[in-house]
Amino acid sequence: MKATIQAANAQGRTAIIPFLTAGFPSLDTFWDTLAQVDAAGADIIEIGIPFSDPVADGPVIEEISRESLAKGVSLPWVVNGLLERRGQFRAKLVLMGYMNPFVQYGLEKLAADCAAAGVSGFIVPDLPLEETPEFRKAIAPRALSLITLVGPNTTTERMQSYAPYSEQYVYVVSVLGTTGGMNAHLDAIADTMRRARSVFNLPLALGFGLRVPEQLNSLPADARPDAAVIGTALLQHIRAGKTPESFLSPWRTTSRIA
Amino acid sequence: MCRPRGLFTFSFGLPDIATAWWCVWNRACRQGKAVVECAHILQAMDTLPHTERPGYFGEFGGRYIPETLMPPLFEVQEAVEKILPSEEYRSELKQLLEDYCGRPTPVTPCRNLSKELGFHLYLKREDLLHTGAHKINNALGQALLAKKMGKAHIIAETGAGQHGVATATAAAEFGLRCTVFMGAKDVERQAPNVQRMKLLGAEVVPVQNGSCTLKDAINEALRYWISHQADTMYVFGTAAGPHPFPTLVRELQKVIGTEARAQMIARIGRLPDYVVACVGGGSNAIGMFHPFVADKEVRLIGVEAGGTGEPGCENSAAINLGTPGVLHGARMMILQTADGQICESSSISAGLDYPGVGPEHVHLHSIGRVHYGIAYDHEALQAFRRLSQAEGIIPALESSHALAWVFGHASEIAPGSHVLVNLSGRGDKDLAHALHHIHLD
Repeated sequence: MKATIQAANAQGRTAIIPFLTAGFPSLDTFWDTLAQVDAAGADIIEIGIPFSDPVADGPVIEEISRESLAKGVSLPWVVNGLLERRGQFRAKLVLMGYMNPFVQYGLEKLAADCAAAGVSGFIVPDLPLEETPEFRKAIAPRALSLITLVGPNTTTERMQSYAPYSEQYVYVVSVLGTTGGMNAHLDAIADTMRRARSVFNLPLALGFGLRVPEQLNSLPADARPDAAVIGTALLQHIRAGKTPESFLSPWRTTSRIA
Repeated sequence: MCRPRGLFTFSFGLPDIATAWWCVWNRACRQGKAVVECAHILQAMDTLPHTERPGYFGEFGGRYIPETLMPPLFEVQEAVEKILPSEEYRSELKQLLEDYCGRPTPVTPCRNLSKELGFHLYLKREDLLHTGAHKINNALGQALLAKKMGKAHIIAETGAGQHGVATATAAAEFGLRCTVFMGAKDVERQAPNVQRMKLLGAEVVPVQNGSCTLKDAINEALRYWISHQADTMYVFGTAAGPHPFPTLVRELQKVIGTEARAQMIARIGRLPDYVVACVGGGSNAIGMFHPFVADKEVRLIGVEAGGTGEPGCENSAAINLGTPGVLHGARMMILQTADGQICESSSISAGLDYPGVGPEHVHLHSIGRVHYGIAYDHEALQAFRRLSQAEGIIPALESSHALAWVFGHASEIAPGSHVLVNLSGRGDKDLAHALHHIHLD
């Protein structure tokens, strides 16, 4: 995934990391939608594993998660679906989900099955550094990655604590809030980005509250991310009956000043 | 030098290796390093199983929350380590608990029921506290902590409204702004408590997400805390949640057991044979049990709410009927589906209606120190009526579960035994609800 982001950057653009909740917009159309997101130029796709109690998510993703659960979406449904479609996606795939469904699936089985299904890694929003050893131990033999999340209130010292355990890319949460939240002040985002840049020798992905590519251009050049994570806005766009392509095309062409 | 057990004010109940780590960590903190830097030391613990890390009770507990909540949790932890043991804090809290809340609460012998049952039944009278339940011990303690931490705003979750009322009360006393998150369904079901909170000056936020009950109120309070952490302290209501809340809540509730233990010794010249308490999240029970845990001859009984007794998730008995999992920041026992989705719990007692049980209880269960039984809705209602009529004390439906266990197991309790039940709250609040189910002629 690191190489994927760097390849996008080498083409002079910001890598695109769309987020799609499993089972959205419906059980039947999810896999087609995933394929459309892939075809629309996603570099990495985060597949959201729905959970009943998603504390890091805002109202849009929580509601969509509940709808998916009501339709019967589960982690095994996602993993089996990916296994059947292995090799069909150009983008790297990451599962983003809360700890409990992963624990119930069994962390070692999760690692084995996800490796077989072509998944590259995981984002677990309720797994801070101190609780990661068990998860990392389970996924390491399968060469899967656990993506580090840092936020505006993560001190530089704490980022340094994370650094030895971080791989592929680092997810920088733009705001003290939940997914889809209001935008933070640009100065605050720039500060977080610069501090993360000084600590991590990895590409930085910025997320939480991104809607349009212009948001990235309003950041100072040295504080711009290597990748952009777009979740809530994309889901709302699809829910309004529009295509992933029409949402992602302006992101695809966003030039990046190195 | 490691903290000597017994001399230190706060025993964290951790195994020895964890104690050693705690020492390393604490020493670093004392040397003036920021708590965040101390966390850096935790990193060296990578090779340790999580059972031996701070914040764990055996395999349960921890901090499963977003990274953006770690700084406020470190801040609370620092307050737990520095402010909570301070003489200034302790004396101020003690004075408030006496003058404002009515501590110490008495232990009442049940003269009539003891004759009927053939053993001595005693009640620890937390129902006599200001606001009518043990919840004020914790709310007042955390609000005082918040004030000393320089926070102007406290937030809380509430299900039945008891913790919300206690927190709103403490906020009024300390001049703090108070926001209480409450599931929209609970707002409807518990209208009188909503009015009490508003009268006390709190803002009540109805939570429309998810199942619109207590677990969703906790989710929403955590989300709010992420975005308002600079000036806000989350006053967590039960002995669950991310570290350090299970420890903090226990430390503030253990006054119940500490008093009761001394009162029983003064009254009967020895320890009771049984100590019984109801368990929802587990705050009144852990407060009662903790001072008795080292007394091996005392049988500790936690009583979970079995709901209607129907199979499935129609209960609140996570230790008996749940499985290990992660919810609200901690590894504990929870009611969940095979896929790890959290079930909605159910109980006639709103205060026990929670799909998890706090990590220290789960640990005490796993090592066999505490036995966790079940009482069903109809048994609790019978106990509610029986205590009212036999002793003139109307128990909360929560506490009625503890009484129901005693009544249901009376034949197994040796004659002449001494049985202490924590009467965690008064039942006036439950009257209307209970009268839907029992007929008074």
